[in-house]
Amino acid sequence: MTVVDEKGSGEYRSRVREWLGAHVPPPTAGLPPAEVLRIAKEYQAALFEAGFAGITWPKEVGGQGLGPAEQQVFSEEAADYDLPTYPLTIGMGMCGPTLVDLGTPEQKQRYLPKLLRGDEVWCQLFSEPGAGSDVASLQSRAERTDDGWVLNGQKVWTTNAQWADFGAVLARTDPDQVKHAGITMFIVDMHAPGVTVRPLRDMSGKSPFNEVYFDDVHLPADGAISPVIGEVGRGWQAAVTMLGHERVSIGASRPSRSNSLGFDAVLALARREGATADPANRERLAELYAHERALQLLNARMRQETQAGRPPGARGSVAKLAGALQLRRAIAVVGELAGADVVAWDPDDALSADVAQGINSAPASSIAGGTNEVQHNIIGERILGLPKEPQVDRDIPFRQLKVGTQGGAR
Amino acid sequence: MKLVLDAEQEDLRSAVRRLLADRSSPATVREVMASERGDDPGLWKSLADLGLLGLVVPEDFGGAGAGHVERAVVLEELGRAVTPTPFFASAVLATDALLALDDDAARAELLPALAGGEKVATVAVAEGGGPWDRTGGATTATERDGGWRLDGTKTPVLAGMVADVVLVLAGTPDGPGWFAVDAAADGLTRTALTGLDPTRRFARLAFAATPARRLVSADPGAALDLVADLAAVALAAEQVGVMQRALELTVDYAKVRVQFGRPIGSYQAVKHGLADVYSAWEHSLSVLRHAAWTADHDRAGLPLAAALARTYIGPACFEAGNAMVQYHGGIGYTWEHDAHLYYKRAKSAQLLFGPPSAHRARLADRLGI
Repeated sequence: MTVVDEKGSGEYRSRVREWLGAHVPPPTAGLPPAEVLRIAKEYQAALFEAGFAGITWPKEVGGQGLGPAEQQVFSEEAADYDLPTYPLTIGMGMCGPTLVDLGTPEQKQRYLPKLLRGDEVWCQLFSEPGAGSDVASLQSRAERTDDGWVLNGQKVWTTNAQWADFGAVLARTDPDQVKHAGITMFIVDMHAPGVTVRPLRDMSGKSPFNEVYFDDVHLPADGAISPVIGEVGRGWQAAVTMLGHERVSIGASRPSRSNSLGFDAVLALARREGATADPANRERLAELYAHERALQLLNARMRQETQAGRPPGARGSVAKLAGALQLRRAIAVVGELAGADVVAWDPDDALSADVAQGINSAPASSIAGGTNEVQHNIIGERILGLPKEPQVDRDIPFRQLKVGTQGGAR
Repeated sequence: MKLVLDAEQEDLRSAVRRLLADRSSPATVREVMASERGDDPGLWKSLADLGLLGLVVPEDFGGAGAGHVERAVVLEELGRAVTPTPFFASAVLATDALLALDDDAARAELLPALAGGEKVATVAVAEGGGPWDRTGGATTATERDGGWRLDGTKTPVLAGMVADVVLVLAGTPDGPGWFAVDAAADGLTRTALTGLDPTRRFARLAFAATPARRLVSADPGAALDLVADLAAVALAAEQVGVMQRALELTVDYAKVRVQFGRPIGSYQAVKHGLADVYSAWEHSLSVLRHAAWTADHDRAGLPLAAALARTYIGPACFEAGNAMVQYHGGIGYTWEHDAHLYYKRAKSAQLLFGPPSAHRARLADRLGI
C-alpha cells in the first residue's frame, strides 16, 4: 500500500508541480559518474532559469528571496521524484547557505551565483581520521604566509570531493588555543596543486565518499576575495552554522522512493516469499509499518511546525536517529521473511539484490552525519537539558592534547 | 492533515491543566485512589461545568460541538495528572456509542445528562482479557413480554461500579445488538474488581434476566468498530500525556540526583535512555495528532490511524513508565513515590482493549496484509 500525504494546492505549488513534471530526467543511478555530474549540472541550470534555485536565498546572490513555506512546497512536490542533484547537495544544502550567512559581499558575488546555476560543485571537509564525532580535535593546519595561507593535512569521509571545484575546509590556525578556539574555516580550490582526492569504498561496495590530502596547498589572500569564511579563529562557530544548515537540509528531504528496506519493499518481499499468512510475520510487518509511519508523521508535524514559525532545531536528531534505527528493524524483519534468500540469489533476482544491498548499506545511516550515540547526546543535552559529561580536554591548549597522531603532553 | 494545535486548542489545554493542578494534585490523586468510590465527584462537576464531558457531543444534545482533537487535549492532561476519573468510560466510550448508534430517543435522553455530568455511563463489551468480540460474546438478549432481558457476564467493565447506565453489546437471535441497562435494574449484580492500576476502576457485571432497552442501530457491529477506533484515539491521548509527564519528572530528577559526584543525567547510560523516551514521545504525539485529526475529518482513514495508534503508542508509553521507575532507582519502586502510578497507568492502558499481539494483527488486517 502507498500512503499519500495531503499536499494541498496553491498557485506556487502548481507551478512547481508542472515544472518538475516537465524537467526531471530519469533516475541517474547506475550511470557513469561523468554522466551523473553532467545531468546534475544541466538540471540545476534549468532549475535556475525557471526561478526555483535557492528558493530561500537572497535575490542579490541569485536566489529567489522566498520563505520556508515555498521551500517546503518545493520539497513536498520534489519528493515524488528521484532528483538528479546528488553531486550538488553539499553545496546547495550546506556550503552555500553558510556563505549566505557569513560570506563577505565579494565572496557571495564570486561563488553563490555559480553554485546556484550548477556551474561549480562544492564539498565540505571537516572529518579527519582522528577527528570523527569529536570534529574539534582536527589536526589539519593552515599557516600564514606573505600572500595568504598554506594548508596541510588529511580529510576523510568527504562526500562528493571527486567532482568538487571548491571545498569548505576546517583547519587549525592556532594550536596554542583550546581546541574549539584555534580553528578557522577556509575556501579551498579543489583543483589547486597539492590537493589529492582518493575514493574510499564503503562496506556496500560503493564509493560514496573520499579521502582528501592537502600538501602545502596555497590559499591566496592577496586579491579582493578572502579565503576565510567568517573570521580567523572562529571556524568552530562557522562549522556550527553549517551543521545547522545540514540539519535543515536533511529535515527538508524525504526518504527516497526507492528504499529497499522501506515497508512497501519489505511487504513485496514477504508476498514473494509467501510469508504473509503466518500470524507472526503479519505482526512483524504491522510493527515495521507502525514505526515507519510514525516517523513520517513526525516529519510531517515538524514541517507544519516550521511553517508555523517553530523550526525543529535539535529535534532533527530525533528523526535522524529514528531513521537509522528503522533500518535495523527492517533488517530483522527481512531476515525472518526471506531467510537465506537474501544471502544467495539468482543473478536475475533484483528484489533480493536490492534488499541485500539495503542490509549492507544500513550501518552507514547509524554513523554518517553523526552517530546514533551522538544523536542521543544531542537529544539528551540540547532538548532535555541534561548535563554534559565532564570534558577533560576543555581548558587545555590544543598543542598539549592527545588527539589523532599527536601524542599530547598529558 | 493538520498535526499542530491552534491557539484556541492550546488555550483549552491551559485551562484543563490549571483545573487539574488545583483539583487533581498528586496528593489528591492519592486520596481519591484510596477512596471506596475511586473518583472525585467534585472534579466530575468541574469537568462538566467547563463543558469538557460533552466536547464531542453536538450542541443540540447539550454538548460543546467540538471534536476529537479537542477531546484528545483534555485526555492528554488527564493522563499527565494520572487522574482517577470515569471520563474515559462516560465521556468517551458511552458517549461515542450513543453517537455511533441510530437511536434518537436514547440520544436525546442520555447525552445531555452525560454531557452535564448528572449521569455516568459506561460500555460493557469485553468478556475477559481478549479483544472485543463483535458478536456480543456469550451474553444473550431475549425478547419477552414486549421487552428485552439480558443474560451473561461482562468483565472488565470500566467504571462499572459508579456508572448509572451501562451500554451492553449482546447477541440476539438476529445478530449482535446494543442495549441500555439501568444500574439499578433487577438481575444486575456488580462486583468490584481488584486492579493493577489504582487510578482506574473496573467491575464485573452479571446479568440474570436483567431488563434492558434495545437501542436502535442499523449495523451494531460497525458501531462497535467505530467506538473501538475512537477509543483507541482517546486512549492514545491519555498515553501521550502519561509519557510526557513521566519523562518530565524523570528528567528533572536526573538533573538533581547526584551519584559518584555527578548528576545521574550526565551519564550516557541514563541520558541515552531518556533520549529514547523523548523520541518515542515525539513519535507518539505525531501519531496521536494524526489519529485525532482523522477522527474529525477523515473517517475513511480512521481504522488504519487508530490501529496504528494502538500498535505504536501502547508499548512506547509503557516503556516511559518503566524508564521512570528505573531511573528513579530505589525511590522509584516505593509506594510513596508517584513513579508507580505512571507505570501502572501505562500498563493498564496498553492492555485495556486486549493484548498487544491483537493490536498488531488488527493493524495488519487494515493494511491488507
